[in-house]
Amino acid sequence: MTTTPAIEAPRAPKTGQKLRSRRTSRAGRTNFELYSWLFMRFSGLLLTFLVLGHLFIMLVLDGGVEKIDFAFVAGRWASPFWQIWDLLTLWLATLHGTNGLRTVINDYAERNGTRVTLKTLLYTASIWMVFLGSLVIFTFDPSIKA
Amino acid sequence: MPAATSDPEFMTITVQVKRYDPDTETHRWDEWQVQALPTWRILDALHEIKWEQDGTLTFRRSCAHGVCGSDAMRINGRNRLACKSLVKDLNPAKPITVEPIQGLPVIKDLVVDMDPFLQAYRDVKPFLIAHGNEPTKERLQSQKDRDRFDDTTKCILCAACTTSCPVFWTDGQYFGPAAIVNAHRFIFDSRDDAAEERLEILNEREGVWRCRTTFNCTEACPRGIQITQAIAEVKRALITRRV
Repeated sequence: MTTTPAIEAPRAPKTGQKLRSRRTSRAGRTNFELYSWLFMRFSGLLLTFLVLGHLFIMLVLDGGVEKIDFAFVAGRWASPFWQIWDLLTLWLATLHGTNGLRTVINDYAERNGTRVTLKTLLYTASIWMVFLGSLVIFTFDPSIKA
Repeated sequence: MPAATSDPEFMTITVQVKRYDPDTETHRWDEWQVQALPTWRILDALHEIKWEQDGTLTFRRSCAHGVCGSDAMRINGRNRLACKSLVKDLNPAKPITVEPIQGLPVIKDLVVDMDPFLQAYRDVKPFLIAHGNEPTKERLQSQKDRDRFDDTTKCILCAACTTSCPVFWTDGQYFGPAAIVNAHRFIFDSRDDAAEERLEILNEREGVWRCRTTFNCTEACPRGIQITQAIAEVKRALITRRV
């Protein structure tokens, strides 16, 4: 018999880690996780078309990325169709990403403090992004100096 | 099982076991050479080590024939039953590694504390709940109704699935595939009246929605249960509210 030094097992339970027990909280019995799961599926499906369509129009159609300038953006946002397209993309992508990161944080943040801090940062960033983006789409003024 | 080394069929295999000493709270890898037949199971090799070489090696096994579910281990990096894994199927030219299943507290060597795992099982109420008057005869069921949950009746609670699930590894709060499989077994049983109750339990934060469909559980199951599909069926029942 030979003995080799120990190698730490991947994700073996750490000492002091809370495990499922009879006292595990029954909290959270709402449909939130159900709706968030459904949202991920539907937003993902819609985003496939919205994002790939966006990329195709921007990068492939009529001369590619060189054509994108202030006038091009102004022209597009004159139409409610593109406003709604971009707004949908912005909201769905941000919420989809936020929800994904929320589950990642739930999985990997071990201490409550870390979890709360990371989620606060995440939600602040998402709200700020959605707010700024929506504001720009709706208040965009093509007459300002480029 | 005495090793008849004169038998040309016997070969020398190397078994590496990740051990845990609860007195010193340290992990270490031990290595043994075993004379084994290609048709031996890993359990036979472990017996050979425990009975002939090192009596301190500790592991669980009861029936030793793939029914009781006591000897789930991480063998060559995958969760399997030691009594259902043959030496010849594991490339005996290389050392065979044996570790305790992951995500549950190790008690000694290959023995883990199954309490958190069994608590999740208890939480889904894995027993028939029938309301109303008891029938005077047996509770009849059509073949079709029986087939609906046939796959999930095969579970032996070995924990190979739950301890192969990366979501369970993170914080041990997720119900885990085994509990969902056993809930599925009653949710889709036409004789049972508590489907709604069990679905509500699995609808909570640590329930089916934490499943990321990585299929680790389905691959690990020594009974070949289509676990990820069972979880998907529970999700669908939650969304459509129909079982």
